[in-house]
Amino acid sequence: MNADRTADPTRSSSPETSAEMEAASLDVVRLKHPLRWTASVVVLVGIVLFIKGAVSNEQLQWDVVGEYMFDSTIMDGLRTTMVLTAVCMLVAIVLGTIVAVMRLSPSPLLSWPAAAFVWFFRGVPALVQLIFWFNLALLVRTVTFSLPGIGTIIDAQTNDFMTPFVAAVMGLGLHEAGYMAETVRAGISSVDKGQTEAAGALGMNSRLTLYRIVLPQAMRLIIPPTGNATIGLLKTTSLVSVIAVGDLLNAAQNIYTRTFETIPLLLVVTFWYLVVVTILSIGQQHLENYFSKDVQAGRPKGLLRRTITNAFSLRRREVTS
Amino acid sequence: MSARSRTEGRPATPMVHAREVRKSFGSLEVLKGVDLDVERGQVVCIIGPSGSGKSTFLRCINHLEKIDHGLLLVDDEFIGYDLKRGRLHEARNAVVCERRAHIGMVFQSFNLFPHMTALENLVEAPVRVKGIGLKEARESALQLLDRVGLRDKADAFPRQLSGGQQQRVAIARALAMEPKMLLFDEPTSALDPELVDEVLSVMRDLVETGITMIIVTHEIGFAREAADRVGFMDDGVIIEIGTPDQVLTNPTSSRTKQFVSKVLK
Repeated sequence: MNADRTADPTRSSSPETSAEMEAASLDVVRLKHPLRWTASVVVLVGIVLFIKGAVSNEQLQWDVVGEYMFDSTIMDGLRTTMVLTAVCMLVAIVLGTIVAVMRLSPSPLLSWPAAAFVWFFRGVPALVQLIFWFNLALLVRTVTFSLPGIGTIIDAQTNDFMTPFVAAVMGLGLHEAGYMAETVRAGISSVDKGQTEAAGALGMNSRLTLYRIVLPQAMRLIIPPTGNATIGLLKTTSLVSVIAVGDLLNAAQNIYTRTFETIPLLLVVTFWYLVVVTILSIGQQHLENYFSKDVQAGRPKGLLRRTITNAFSLRRREVTS
Repeated sequence: MSARSRTEGRPATPMVHAREVRKSFGSLEVLKGVDLDVERGQVVCIIGPSGSGKSTFLRCINHLEKIDHGLLLVDDEFIGYDLKRGRLHEARNAVVCERRAHIGMVFQSFNLFPHMTALENLVEAPVRVKGIGLKEARESALQLLDRVGLRDKADAFPRQLSGGQQQRVAIARALAMEPKMLLFDEPTSALDPELVDEVLSVMRDLVETGITMIIVTHEIGFAREAADRVGFMDDGVIIEIGTPDQVLTNPTSSRTKQFVSKVLK
């Protein structure tokens, strides 16, 4: 081994190299990245050109954008979009959780219909479901519900109660519930079986175990996809303009079919969608942090996160002082 | 009327009374008729090769596993069953929970609640199950953490603790319910070798308090010094049970002899 090394001329340390080593500064010079720099310059030029175009292109009509930004029609549309998102998400979360728990049941009479629910409502496109619910009257003319001895409780014309808004809630809510069911199921299944056993060994019943032990841990897996789903749903609600629900997009369409100021109004719509999405993202981040306190513990909090946490502070019972 | 008061004036009954306990998973019979009596205040260690059914038997005692056949009484009560019209019927969930609350259990994998601090882990069950006031529960939880030497870790989350510390918190959590008996399911098997002693020393302190303990373990040294009785289990039955000296030094059964000679090597 030693003989090999001395025989290899490249490995032998000549007096020159050792002298060079003696003289060298021991600070390491970082590797240069010329390609990265070139690419960055190209992107920067692109950004400058884009901003210049956006400012100078008269077709964008920034003054019109400003004029309609807080227009009452737009504000009504924005409110409808937000209410619709909230109601659909609520329906999806409640229904999705029920379906998820059913799906995890040992009884096939519960788990099988739950699987069928997911298969159907997740599988059919949201737009198709929207139009279907909107046209329910073609399938069912009247809805009656009566109990023997008490008499008729509900007797209504389908067209009277299946308003565009109700159709939108049914269509989007059920579609989203199909996804939520899978999200919640994955979350619950991810919690280690040992957690349920430990809770059981402490005498906690299954309800306590679900609420205090399993769900808080499942939340970590449930929150991120649910946040994404809420943002997705917010944008999907723009589909309801086809069944004439006065959402944000529908409001803008109503204006620009009259005034032909199409681009500026779409910019207004874009602006408001981005505002709401940004607020939702911040809320999601906060919820994620809340349900992973243990992961966050010991990590220094950045200024941004502190601000966000304080701004969206949830009620939280402290056991430790 | 508590189970304890019912037994007063009569000769002391054992804390655990097991007769003919059988349990199968599918077609695999794991327990093939286990008989065991554990007297009050006794410490019993159960040793045996893996797959012999020791952990399953321990889990049957507090009904984490349901038995198929046999008698299994803790403090003169069935945990998961009721005797009605000459037959054993599975008890309702709420009843099982109420009875289980008096039996502490320590798991091989600790099973602390990861989303709660050490203190919150200890406080949870006493407050939610027993309905003790938060302040009082915190007070006694801190005392228990002190007892296992972890008072300064009260606000730490499980992931911030070493395995040995987690297991000590888990022991304190079991004690927080003031159980009449403690079950240990291989409490040191998941630990790095240098962390085993801190857990065993907490367990030694518990032995001193006189609480009934059943310990499934591979720590033969601990069994020899701390146990009143050692049981050797193999293939779903307890083959031999007696003082540590009888079972570990002069076993009568050839299977016990073989096992002991292997683990003491």
